[in-house]
Amino acid sequence: MSGHSTYNPTSGFGKWMDARLPIARLMHDSFVSYPVPRNLNAFYTFGGILMIMLISQIITGVVIAMHFTPNETMAFESVHLLRRDVSFGGTLQSWHAVGASMFFVAVYIHIFRGLYYGSYKAPREILWILGVVIFLLMMATAFMGYVLPWGQMSLWGAQVITNFFTAIPVVGQTVQEYLLGGYGVGNATLNRFFSLHYLLPFMIAGIVILHVWALHVTGQTNPTGVEVKSKQDVIPFTPYATVKDALALVVFMIIMCYFVFYMPDYLGHADNYIPANADVTPAHIVPEWYFLPFYAILRAIDFNIGIPFTEIVLIDSKLGGVLAMFGSIAILFLVPWLDTSSVRSANYRPTYKVFFWLFVVNSIFLGYLGSRPAEGIWLPLMKGSTFLYFAHFILVMPLLGFFEKPLPRPASITDAVLGKNGKETTSDPVAAE
Amino acid sequence: MSEHSDSDATRRDFLYIATGAAGAAAVGGIVWPLVSQMGPNAQEIAAGVPIEVNIGDIEEGRVITVTWRRKKYFIRHLTAAEVDAAKTKEQGDFRDFVTAADRITGPEGGEAVWSVYGANCTHLGCIPTEVKENGDTWRCACHGSRFDVIGRVTKGPAPVNLPQPPMVFASEDTLIIGTDKVGA
Amino acid sequence: MKSIFIKIAAVATLACTFAVGSVSAADYPKNKPRQQSWSFAGPLGKFDKGQLQRGLQVYTEVCSACHSLSLLSYRNLADLGYSDDQIKNYAAEYEVEDGPNDDGEMFERPARPADRFKGPYANDKEAAAANNGALPPDFSLLAKARAPERGFPTFIFDIFTMYAENGPDYIYSLLTGYKDAPDDKEVGEGLHYNPYFIAGDALAMAAPLSDELVEYTDGSPMTVDQYSKDVSAFMAWAADPQLEERKQRGFIVILFLLVFAGLLYFTKKKVWSDLSH
Repeated sequence: MSGHSTYNPTSGFGKWMDARLPIARLMHDSFVSYPVPRNLNAFYTFGGILMIMLISQIITGVVIAMHFTPNETMAFESVHLLRRDVSFGGTLQSWHAVGASMFFVAVYIHIFRGLYYGSYKAPREILWILGVVIFLLMMATAFMGYVLPWGQMSLWGAQVITNFFTAIPVVGQTVQEYLLGGYGVGNATLNRFFSLHYLLPFMIAGIVILHVWALHVTGQTNPTGVEVKSKQDVIPFTPYATVKDALALVVFMIIMCYFVFYMPDYLGHADNYIPANADVTPAHIVPEWYFLPFYAILRAIDFNIGIPFTEIVLIDSKLGGVLAMFGSIAILFLVPWLDTSSVRSANYRPTYKVFFWLFVVNSIFLGYLGSRPAEGIWLPLMKGSTFLYFAHFILVMPLLGFFEKPLPRPASITDAVLGKNGKETTSDPVAAE
Repeated sequence: MSEHSDSDATRRDFLYIATGAAGAAAVGGIVWPLVSQMGPNAQEIAAGVPIEVNIGDIEEGRVITVTWRRKKYFIRHLTAAEVDAAKTKEQGDFRDFVTAADRITGPEGGEAVWSVYGANCTHLGCIPTEVKENGDTWRCACHGSRFDVIGRVTKGPAPVNLPQPPMVFASEDTLIIGTDKVGA
Repeated sequence: MKSIFIKIAAVATLACTFAVGSVSAADYPKNKPRQQSWSFAGPLGKFDKGQLQRGLQVYTEVCSACHSLSLLSYRNLADLGYSDDQIKNYAAEYEVEDGPNDDGEMFERPARPADRFKGPYANDKEAAAANNGALPPDFSLLAKARAPERGFPTFIFDIFTMYAENGPDYIYSLLTGYKDAPDDKEVGEGLHYNPYFIAGDALAMAAPLSDELVEYTDGSPMTVDQYSKDVSAFMAWAADPQLEERKQRGFIVILFLLVFAGLLYFTKKKVWSDLSH
């Protein structure tokens, strides 16, 4: 896969540098001559888009931090004076806020693409796990960033999320106080969230480097799920993938700019335009849209779990909700081993394909439920939807590998591109891959 | 790839150049706001309007310090002896010589006994302290520059005299710093 | 390739259906805000300066008795088309506290353009105490802070119709929406029935406007309806003074990106055309 380097410095300085710090060689091998499967579709451009989004968030974040005051009496005002008085302040602040949403749009597409094409299967388990770690760090970063403008949703979001930790038996209360730096959400909380919000993106960047490294060791998957077999199956990253990723990025940016310049408040919540007030809880606390599916899972657990026919409670409803919510993300770590099918791409898995799309629809529906109150008809729907979410991982993925009859797959990527599908039957799928 | 006509190649080159130019424009469009936001914001600019100073209470021989646009300025009410001393000094005593008349001013119809100049040393910006020795009035503690009673540099690393702000006397007792037009 | 973009569009649309953060499940307001046509809506929307000036007049003569405008400075009125001198004179009518002076005392002086709008009360507690415990909200961001639920599927259509005037529509509807409570409704002591109110049947503020209350000099009708519209537009400006700049900027940026995307599309096609296919 990796082969030997084709980097060939021509200038005197290039040779001198290459003998001392071959960084140009590393870049050349990673982003110029790096071979990619020739049949990647548009869904494979989101990795590159995410890389740019991370850089964009870091740059705009550093810039707006120059105008931000992490103090409970001044934070709200400093954000709005940034928007009003600083040259391009409104654009930069919106770019950062909308950028967070678009970052999640891209990451969700990236994750679903991975699930569809089986990108987590051997030998890419570590690649996948690093991705889940990045996702977790993104969520922590986004949550802490949302607290910084110190509006009503900021304060009450911090209140609700840190209360998760009070579900921990015995030490929960203390853990929460240590997270907040006080008996409640206050100046110390704001200050430390600012500090960590500034730190975490750089940790994400570090893990992204590992993620890309792992990717370049195993090579990319592709829509056929058949591994690269010959030179004909691949094309060099530059110019082919570069220009394609650039096109996808610009199209993505058009959508983002539409929100930044025309609907900057659409993805946010109106209550965050009210300064934080510890005396009044807003009528409806909802997290940002990208957390809504998990918020629905949290609230679906409204019952204690105990030993049947006794009064003994093992897990109360609060701890149960928190465990279910964290579990819904933690289960992603196990996906490489939960999926027992030897076929990688859902294109050749007719039954899994149906379940996959059901899972997508269910996830979106969970997001909708996350915005609804946990009462009336919504509560049983949340429970059902949560059950389906976990069932996909715990029941569908392991069992389908045994019962499903996969379609014939092409012998190679080149065959697939040239339309010679199904020339090779799948009597021995493991060997075929 | 082998059998391309010239016009094909030209069209291709044009396309590549246009795309590259658009990419360069995009980078410029990203960098511009990032640089632009570094400048003083609208509030800083709006708050930097001229200030009015009541100088009626400043006795002869005394100096006060005022702030305009986050910089300090000395307003000095000179004694007759100080005016004379400033006027008698010669070019050879200074590295950035201007005549004393250029740096001594007064309200219209009043006495020219005022000298107003920046309080930040022109070397690296420290505020000099009053010393009154060897004919000098100010000594900068940071790097040893010295200035006379009307802010002209005599020794040390400061390259030029302490700068005079734009100013105007609105009346006998009122000095406006930050503009040279009354009523602005 | 085309089908992929259709797929992306579909996924993007689906993803946007997530975007229900801005809507909350509420029983209020009873009546949805009445949508008005605003000069500042749409991709090249601009404020109507005459309207903003009238809105400022309504704010100054009526609303400012109880409502502050804390994030704005007098200098911001330049956006409304006022000259420097007009702004100086407007500001000078207010006394603001400054100091301490050399004697260590705080003193009052006429406001300058760089000063913030002086509010009617010293602090929130005083404001609440003076209004039977109901704090009159600050106006600086109110047009963004009030967004009644749009409901499914309207909130999805809003993306495509570029509907972002929920706030001013709400304020307009509230100001013009006072009426007698229906017989089956008990309205609490000191509250005033209004079916457009976002947080209940009735609110603490009595109908603040009446016909002929504010003397317009430009010939605009002196009606509650017109006053409400003008002050709503003024509040939309106050909450988002950069709106015009933002929309113009967006228009140029998106136009540029469309051209750039077109160039990249053909470049991509050209680059990929030499692959045997």
